[in-house]
Amino acid sequence: MVKKHIQALKEKSVEIVSIFSAIVLWQIIAVYVVGNKFYLPSFTDVAGALVEIISRDSSLAIMGLNLQLPMLVVDFLYSMMHFSIGLIAALVIGIPIGMIMGWFRTIDRIADPIVEIIRPIPPLAWIPFAIIWIGLNPFAAGFLIFIGAVFPIMINTFTGFKSVSRVYVEAAKVLGCNTNRELIRYVALPSALPSIAAGIRIAMGVGWMCLVAAEMFGVSRNGLGYQMWHFYDLHRMEFVLVYMLILGFLGLFIDRLLRYYIDGKLLKWRKGVVI
Amino acid sequence: MGSVKVTNVSRKFTKDEDKSTLALDNVSLEVDDKDFVCFIGPSGCGKTTLLRIISGLDKPDIGEVYLDGTKIDSPGPDRGMVFQEYSLFPWKTVIDNILFGPQMSGVKKKDAIVRGEKYLELVGLQQFRDSYPYELSGGMKQRVAIARALANEPSVLLMDEPFGALDAQTRNILQQELLEIWQKKSITILFVTHSVDEAVFLADKIVMMSARPGKIKEIINVDLPRPRDRTSPEANKLRDHILKSLLKEQGH
Repeated sequence: MVKKHIQALKEKSVEIVSIFSAIVLWQIIAVYVVGNKFYLPSFTDVAGALVEIISRDSSLAIMGLNLQLPMLVVDFLYSMMHFSIGLIAALVIGIPIGMIMGWFRTIDRIADPIVEIIRPIPPLAWIPFAIIWIGLNPFAAGFLIFIGAVFPIMINTFTGFKSVSRVYVEAAKVLGCNTNRELIRYVALPSALPSIAAGIRIAMGVGWMCLVAAEMFGVSRNGLGYQMWHFYDLHRMEFVLVYMLILGFLGLFIDRLLRYYIDGKLLKWRKGVVI
Repeated sequence: MGSVKVTNVSRKFTKDEDKSTLALDNVSLEVDDKDFVCFIGPSGCGKTTLLRIISGLDKPDIGEVYLDGTKIDSPGPDRGMVFQEYSLFPWKTVIDNILFGPQMSGVKKKDAIVRGEKYLELVGLQQFRDSYPYELSGGMKQRVAIARALANEPSVLLMDEPFGALDAQTRNILQQELLEIWQKKSITILFVTHSVDEAVFLADKIVMMSARPGKIKEIINVDLPRPRDRTSPEANKLRDHILKSLLKEQGH
């Protein structure tokens, strides 16, 4: 068992040396070149800040209960709530619209100009209306993430439906699958699934990037993005950097989890296809 | 029963407003139940279009098609089809591909599986029951496609150059297997091919078509005894006749 771990470490030696050198270089530059914690906190500053954050507690009020949990966990839960609201809304709205636009030529022609005008508006430009329409609550943050996530999902679903191979549709028709509903359900949807999955991955990336901005305009007093801005106001840049790194690692983790699930479970039939 | 009647069918494909091709021009044809009919002709003679019209995937501009006296206007499970391209659903396993037709027509999953396994056995691929199409060779894919078409228990099997993409060896084996299936299941088969050799080996009747506009030029009754010998003098004579006729058609 131990031997196996050592072997695994040996195989990854180049990567480990690379990360280790980057940390050493960072520490040297921060301490001896910049020499100012405000401009560039060193690795040890950040590690210290992380330890402090982990040891702090915060309260989480749900359903009349007042739970005492580590601050990091509470912020993580709040951020995940904002993120889930946006992403679920984007899935529920983006996939059906992309489906009907991809399947029915007329609906594509009706919806396409509107989509193409709204799509290039940067998600963060929606902040003023998000506040006015929805107010300062988690749903406003969710709305921004929704705006960022809905278009990649919609466009990829659309493309997936557009490129359903004609021979599959015809094969299904001669086998007795004839209505639009059946063809969408049994042929177009499974055939478009790889494209939809790719869209969801892109959408999660974009949504995650919108998270920090979404939490900065006072929708809640918790959340990883909110805390980052909070420590910025306090000029504690080593804490800002901790939250930046946490956001980065979480983004990576979510993407890996999704990829593992999609490739391993949903798209088993595509093994051997070079993506 | 599976007798097909085609009466005065014409089909025109319009590209621009003033450019159009007459793919089929007033084609009439009668196919008896349990016949094996091959369609042969130069490319662009409308043989695939005629097959698609019989399947219901395409509609004639003029004329009608009847199956056992009933007019055809849409695809249906009474006519199975095997395509030239690999048409298995890549997201379904072999058995699920075969079950697709029966499940669409409302057969219970349990009964459908029994039926599916029967046809899987007919094409000899039991050990690939749970494989995905990407794991199969070209010949196996077309075997599964045949099993999938047969699982609906159609009275007519339409085949559009089903072995066109296969190597010569596999092609010969599959022709042999198809004849065995045809004799076992006693169904009507309409088979489009560009291979004279294939038509002479398989068909009861060979329908020769001429190109642009697509018309039936000649119907040859093949009365070579079965099982057929690919290299017998009679087969060679027939091949020679068809090849010469095709060459004339292409303007040589």
